[in-house]
Amino acid sequence: MDFQYDSEQNDLREAVRGLLQRAYGDPEARRRTVATDPGFDEKTWARLAEMGVLGLPFAEDDGGMGAGPIEVGIVAEEIGRVLAPEPFVEAVVLAGGLVAAVGTAAQRQAVLGPLSEGASVLALAHAEPGTRWSPSASGVTATEDGGTWRLTGVKEPVLNGARADVLVVSAVVGDGTALFLVRGDAEGLTRTGYRTHDGGRAANVTLTGTPAELLGAGTADRSADVERAQALARIAYGNEAVGAMETALRTTAEYLKTRKQFGVTLNRFQALTFRAADMYVSVELARSTALWASMVADTGGDVVAAGDRVRLQTSRAGRHVGKEAIQLHGGIGVTAEYSIGHYTSRLTAIDHVLGDGDWAAARLAETVDSYPTVDPLGAPYTGAP
Amino acid sequence: MRLQLSPEMEAFRDEMRTFFTTQVPAEIRDTVAARRHVGREQYVQTQRILNAAGLAVPHWPVEWGGRDWTPLQRHIWREEMQLASVPEPLAFNASMIGPVIAAFGDQEQKERFLPATANLDIWWCQGFSEPDAGSDLASLRTTAVRDGDDWVVNGQKTWTTLGQHADWIFCLVRTDPTAEKKQRGISMLVFPMDSPGVTLRPIELLDGSHEVNEVFFEDVRVPAENLIGEENRGWDYAKFLLGNERVGIARVGATKKLISQAKSLAREVTAGGRPLSEDPRLTARIAELENELVALELTALRVVANSADGKPHPASSVLKLRGSELQQAATELIVDIAGPLSLASFADGGSQVPDWARVATPEYLNYRKVSIYGGSNEVQRTIIAGTILGL
Repeated sequence: MDFQYDSEQNDLREAVRGLLQRAYGDPEARRRTVATDPGFDEKTWARLAEMGVLGLPFAEDDGGMGAGPIEVGIVAEEIGRVLAPEPFVEAVVLAGGLVAAVGTAAQRQAVLGPLSEGASVLALAHAEPGTRWSPSASGVTATEDGGTWRLTGVKEPVLNGARADVLVVSAVVGDGTALFLVRGDAEGLTRTGYRTHDGGRAANVTLTGTPAELLGAGTADRSADVERAQALARIAYGNEAVGAMETALRTTAEYLKTRKQFGVTLNRFQALTFRAADMYVSVELARSTALWASMVADTGGDVVAAGDRVRLQTSRAGRHVGKEAIQLHGGIGVTAEYSIGHYTSRLTAIDHVLGDGDWAAARLAETVDSYPTVDPLGAPYTGAP
Repeated sequence: MRLQLSPEMEAFRDEMRTFFTTQVPAEIRDTVAARRHVGREQYVQTQRILNAAGLAVPHWPVEWGGRDWTPLQRHIWREEMQLASVPEPLAFNASMIGPVIAAFGDQEQKERFLPATANLDIWWCQGFSEPDAGSDLASLRTTAVRDGDDWVVNGQKTWTTLGQHADWIFCLVRTDPTAEKKQRGISMLVFPMDSPGVTLRPIELLDGSHEVNEVFFEDVRVPAENLIGEENRGWDYAKFLLGNERVGIARVGATKKLISQAKSLAREVTAGGRPLSEDPRLTARIAELENELVALELTALRVVANSADGKPHPASSVLKLRGSELQQAATELIVDIAGPLSLASFADGGSQVPDWARVATPEYLNYRKVSIYGGSNEVQRTIIAGTILGL
């Protein structure tokens, strides 16, 4: 049992941290980037590709780096640390992860190669208005027409849906959910993009008899694959949230040491330092859970259960740390000019993409009566001793 | 990064589990599992069984019965003991005065005290807190004045846990009232509880138990050789002692056991014709608690796995704070499952309320102590804010 990164993992962390620090070490740079479409910096995206980051979890035969969830977690944490707006989790872990899991060899090479090289941005079009956090599709249907699949229905919000070169779209086929690849320039595809509150981009994606390529061989129900990809993304987001919380806490502590009120710096007020101490507790417990979940995924354990656990822990911690960070800053915390509020906004967005704390608690609650004691050690982790 | 225990550690865990569940008498473990107070004889019997197997003081120097285990092995040892409902070796002996004597005592003191301390032939109690010196321990006022070959001790201690069972006390006393810093004029003395001039008065707790005491000293004569270490260095020894067991204090295994009990108890109580274990609000509450517990256990593992170089891991300060909160939350969960049954706290013959429901509220009230003793949670927040966040 070991919670330390090895030297290669440390090198990866330092390299990504250095790159992102140069890009977004100054919060003004991030503000400028998210103010204009596509909401992230194409040059930074290309540099991440050069570094191998965008192909990190994919097999080398598919054009990737053959790394795993721990390396993905390292990158995600660094992204969270500076709120880098590049859609790493969305494009690589979620959309790319599904192509890697479901796609044929030819599809994997055709899609994951360009994604890894930074030549093509991928987005997952799965969420639908009126439903939430489901692994299945219900509002988009697929029909086969003379050898061509066509999709009809609405997906929203689709993160980076307007910018994406290729969309991975889930759709109802029979009584199951199948996955499809849709080109950004496909006929019958309408994409209306907009800003999300955390500076990102999302879109309404309307499909009207849009031609699509079936992902993988056959139309078997892919809900379990979607569930698994979502779980891996929950784990990656958990790491991203830890990075964001870490910075929010450090920024807040720095502020308490420098900001003066009533003639003294704020750290002279115990009511405030105690609240900062509680933020630290939240961050460290969330960090432990995120590291653990990455290791569970890395060793082939129960990814779905680990994803639920990390979602619950980082949801509660993210809300706590985010809200306190603003409160302890006072009025400046709610201005767009200062960085801290953006951290809270991002933590809030992470909370809502793939299931919030109550949702995860309810899922975990369904099985608490089936085992006597929790045991996070050992693999594969099943939630039971 | 590796999640699994090594095969050696798996084997070690199995070995501990087997020992604790087969070698410690079932009636003692049942008492702990039923959350009833463990008596003196049960403590002594258990510790002697552990000591005979080399499991009472594994963290001591090897010369005095230690095992030279890694922090992870000590963690597993403690967790398995708690999961098996084995009374842990008396903290005053195993975690407090033993390591202090081993580190700072002279050879004669080591030979005289350490084997007897490990085997619980001497039951120690702690003479630290005073009515005006709790978290602000350095302001203690009990004095020791040198008179020939003796120290003469006068003053009062309080919150002396299980002092009624104790053979000896280790005591912080003020030996230099003129010291510029109040921490510098304190020494550590040890002496028998039946020394002339020692009076013990029990304090009844909210749960009806007799667990703590006041201890009064009136011209108690203590031989000079009973000074531990150097005169006026007692504060350093106290800090060493208090800093010793930050990891074990998380008590994850004990809280796991409580939650496990809560789950089975929830099946025994019905509401509206359905067992409470089917109430989604209760199961969600259990799920939240278990998740917090997983996070705490993993944090404890991060601390023990990465503290090989002897430096305390920064996250270790989280363990006491969150560990105590979760212990309390678990007792609160059980008392809420008992609901109206919990009012029968002091019922005996004639009541049909099950035993677990009777002890639920007394235990819940008793457990308020865990966020107070060993450095209150406010002290822990002060440590985190000051030493980690630099506030």
